[in-house]
Amino acid sequence: MFVPIMLLLVGLGTVVFHFISPWWWTPIASNWGYIDDTIILTFWVTGVVFVGVILFMAYCTYRYRYKEGKKAEYEPENPKLEWWLTILTSIGVALMLAPGLWVWNDFVTVPEEAGEFEVLAKQWEWTYRFPGKDGKLGTSEPKYMNDKNPFGINPKDNNGRDDILIDDSEVHLPINKPVKVLLRSTDVLHDFYVPQFRAKMDIVPGSVTFFWFTPTKIGEFDALCFELCGVGHHAMRGTVVVDSEKDFQAWLNEQPTFAQSLAEADGDSEKNSNRVFSEASSPDRGIAQ
Amino acid sequence: MAYVAPAEAEQIPAAEVEEVELYHAKSWVTKYVFSQDAKVIAIQYSTTAIAIGLVGLVLSWLMRLQLGFPEVFDFIEPSDYYQFITVHGMIMVIYLLTALFLGGFGNYLIPLMVGARDMVFPYVNMLSYWIYLGAVLLLITSFFVPGGATGAGWTLYPPQAILSGTPGSEGGIILMLVSLALFIIGFTMGGLNYVVTVLQARTRGMTLMRLPLTIWGIFTATVLALLAFPALFVGAVMMTFDKLLGTSFFMPAIVEMGEYLDYGGGSPLLFQHLFWFFGHPEVYIVALPAFGIVSDLISVHSRRHIFGYRMMVWAIVGIGALSFFVWAHHMYVSGMNPWFGFFFATTTLIIAVPTAIKVYNWTLTLWKGNIQFTLPMLFALAFIVTFVNGGITGLFLGNVVVDVPLSDTMFVVAHFHMVMGVAPILVVFGGIYHWYPLITGRMLHEGMGQFHFWVTFIGAYTIFLPLHYLGFLGVPRRYFEMGETNFIPESAQDLNAFVTVVALIVGVAQVVFFINLFWSLRNGKQAGSNPWKACSLEWRTAQVPPGHGNFDDLPVVYRWAYDYGVPGVDEDFIPQDLPPAQVSTGKGG
Repeated sequence: MFVPIMLLLVGLGTVVFHFISPWWWTPIASNWGYIDDTIILTFWVTGVVFVGVILFMAYCTYRYRYKEGKKAEYEPENPKLEWWLTILTSIGVALMLAPGLWVWNDFVTVPEEAGEFEVLAKQWEWTYRFPGKDGKLGTSEPKYMNDKNPFGINPKDNNGRDDILIDDSEVHLPINKPVKVLLRSTDVLHDFYVPQFRAKMDIVPGSVTFFWFTPTKIGEFDALCFELCGVGHHAMRGTVVVDSEKDFQAWLNEQPTFAQSLAEADGDSEKNSNRVFSEASSPDRGIAQ
Repeated sequence: MAYVAPAEAEQIPAAEVEEVELYHAKSWVTKYVFSQDAKVIAIQYSTTAIAIGLVGLVLSWLMRLQLGFPEVFDFIEPSDYYQFITVHGMIMVIYLLTALFLGGFGNYLIPLMVGARDMVFPYVNMLSYWIYLGAVLLLITSFFVPGGATGAGWTLYPPQAILSGTPGSEGGIILMLVSLALFIIGFTMGGLNYVVTVLQARTRGMTLMRLPLTIWGIFTATVLALLAFPALFVGAVMMTFDKLLGTSFFMPAIVEMGEYLDYGGGSPLLFQHLFWFFGHPEVYIVALPAFGIVSDLISVHSRRHIFGYRMMVWAIVGIGALSFFVWAHHMYVSGMNPWFGFFFATTTLIIAVPTAIKVYNWTLTLWKGNIQFTLPMLFALAFIVTFVNGGITGLFLGNVVVDVPLSDTMFVVAHFHMVMGVAPILVVFGGIYHWYPLITGRMLHEGMGQFHFWVTFIGAYTIFLPLHYLGFLGVPRRYFEMGETNFIPESAQDLNAFVTVVALIVGVAQVVFFINLFWSLRNGKQAGSNPWKACSLEWRTAQVPPGHGNFDDLPVVYRWAYDYGVPGVDEDFIPQDLPPAQVSTGKGG
C-alpha cells in the first residue's frame, strides 16, 4: 500500500506545488505574450500526460501488487493499443509544435518599421550605440578599436560619424516601438537578456547577431549576461530604461556622437593612436541583416 | 492462451565457428590488475567511475553551499565556483555515467547476457580501462596545476575557454582537452569490443530479437558513442591547436581587455556544432543503457514479460538514429541562423514520440503484472517518475520559441539534472541492487536499501522540481551569486538555501549505500543461483559469482528473455536456455 500512496503523493504534490508556487514568471513587459501562451499550452498538454502516467502507475502498483501463486497476464503485444498511443502522442506533440513554430516565425521576422540599436559587449560590461540622423550604423571592426575609438567604428565610414555612443551600462528605449537589437562582442560569447522582455540571443565575436521586441511598459529593467563569459560573468549587469517617446528623445539628445567623442579625444595626446594591429579581422559573417 | 512449445522443427543452428581458447591469467597481477576478464574490467571501471563520481558529488556540495549561502563561505571565490561547475558537469556526464553504463554495466553484462565467455578482444578491453584511468587521473591533476582546472563550463565554449578571463585558461584547459581525447581513445577500444561482441559472439539461438533490452540499450548507445565522440575529439584537438599553436579554428579577431590578439577568421559557432553533434547523442549514450536496464528490472520484478518488446527495440534504435538530427536545439539562441530553429524544433519534438512509447510500455508492463516491491523495482518506479518529469520539460526547451526565455536559466539546470542526472543514477542504483547478488553471491541489506531509496528519490525530486520555477523567474545558471536585481524576490534565496540543505542530506545518505555495499560482502544473505527468478542468461552460469569463462558449456537459447507468467506452465518463468522438452506443463508434475 505504501508504494502506490507515495506515487500518488509525488504526482499530486507536483501539481499542487505548481499551482501554489510563489515563483513564477517575472511579469512580462514586451510584445512576446505569445511565448508565455505557448508555455501555458505546453504545461497543459504535458501536465495531463504526467498526471496520467503517475496515476496509472499508482493504480497498477495497487491493483497488481504481488500475491503468492498469482501469475501475470501473458500478452506480449497489443498492436492496436500501441498504435493508438503513438497516434495520440503524435497529436499532442503537433499541438505544441505548431503554435511554437508559428510564434518562432514572428520571432525571426523583424518588422520593417523596427528601429535599431547596438549592444556592444566586452568582459564584463555593456555599452550601446544608436544610429544618428542618417538612421544607419557605421561599420565596425576590432582592428579600429583603441582608446579614442572604444566602439571600433570605421573612421572612414561616413555613416558612423553621427552614431550616438552610450559609454555606460544604462540604455533608454522608447515605449511601444519595435526595436531590433544588434549584438556585437569584442572578446568572448555573451548574451543580452532582460527577463521581462522574454527575448534573448547570444553575442558571438566575429559576427553580429540580433533579436527584436517591443517594450510595452515604462520602467527600469535589469539586463543580465546570460552566456558564461569568464570569471566576471555574474557581475556583468546593465539597465534598460523604457521611456515615453519624448523622454527618450531628450535623453538621446544629451549623448555624444562618434564625431564629437573623437574630437574630444583629439584634445588628448596622440600617443595611443598608433598601436599596430597585426592583421585584418574576419569579415562580419552570419545572420546580420 | 496455453503454453506452446517452440516448434520441435525449429532447428537451433550449429555454432558457426569453433570456440577460441580464452586467455588464462597466470598470476595475481594478470588476474586482478592487468586483467583481461571483462567481469574484472567491469569492476575496475565501475569502481573508478564511482570514485570520480564522488569527487563530482563533493564539487556539487561546494557549489550548493555558495548558491544557498552566498558570502558565508569565504574560501569559495568566483573562479573556484566556475571551476567547480565545469569539472562537476564533465565528471558526471562523461567520467561517471558514460564510463559506468558502458565500461561497467556493459563489460559485466554483455558477455553474460549474450552467452559468451568474454569480450571478443580481451587485450584491447584491458587497455581501454587503463587509458580511461589515465584520463581520470589527468582530470584530477588539472586542479593542481598553476591556474587550476578549467572554469569554462562543461561545454568549454571558445573563445573564452582559452582566454585569460576564464579560470584555468593556462594549464587547466589543456589537461581537460587531453583528458577528453584520452577518454575517447580508451572508450573506442572498449566500444568496439561491445559492438563486435554483441554482433559476433552471441551464443547459438540468441537472435538479435531475443536479446534482453539491457543489451539493446548498451549496444545502441555504444554505436552512438562510436559515431559521436569523434566530433568531440576533433573539437578538442582543434582547440588545443588554437591554444598552443596559435591557429584560429574557433577564434575570430578579438580585442581582449584592450589588447588586440593574434587571432582572426575562426568561428566560435563551429565548436558549438561539433560539441553538440557529440553532446546530444551523449544524452542518449547515457539514457539508452538506462532505458534497457530499467526495462529488464521492471519485467523481472513485476513477473511479467516486457510489454511490446519489438516496439521497444525499434524505439531504442529510432531514438538513437534521431539523436543525430537534433543537436542544434542546444543552440537556438547561439546566434546561428535562426531559420535552423524550424528544423531542429521539429526533429526534437518528433523524438518525443518513441520516447513516450517507451514510457507507456514500461507502465503497461506493470499493468496486469504481479509486482514485487523489491529494491530494484522501487528504483525503477522512481526512474519512471523522474524521467517523465524531466522528459516533459524537454518538450518545453525543444520547442524553439519556448526555449528563448528559458535557455541558460535554472530551468535548464533542473531539466537536465532530472532527466539525465537523477533518472539514470536511479537506474544505476536499481541495477546495482539487482546484480549485486550475481557479482558477489550475496544480497544487499533490505533495510539500508529502503532508507537509501526513499531519501534519494524523494530528496532528489525535492531538489530539482522547484529549481525549474527559479528559471521562470529568470534566475540564470552559472552565476556565482545573484547579487541585486529588481525582479528576483527574496524568497528565491530561501529556496536556494532549502535546496542546498536537501542536497547535503541526500549526499550524506549515500554513505548508507556504501556501508551496505561493504557490509553485505561478508554479511549479506546468501543469494543462491537465481534469487530474482530471472529468465536471462547471466543467472544461468556454472557458479555464482560467475567464474572465468562464465559458463561450463555455452548455453543454447530457445526463447526471448521475457517468458514470465506463460499460461499453462508450472513455474512463472522459463529461462532462456531451458530446452522446450524440460518445460514442465503438467500442473504440479
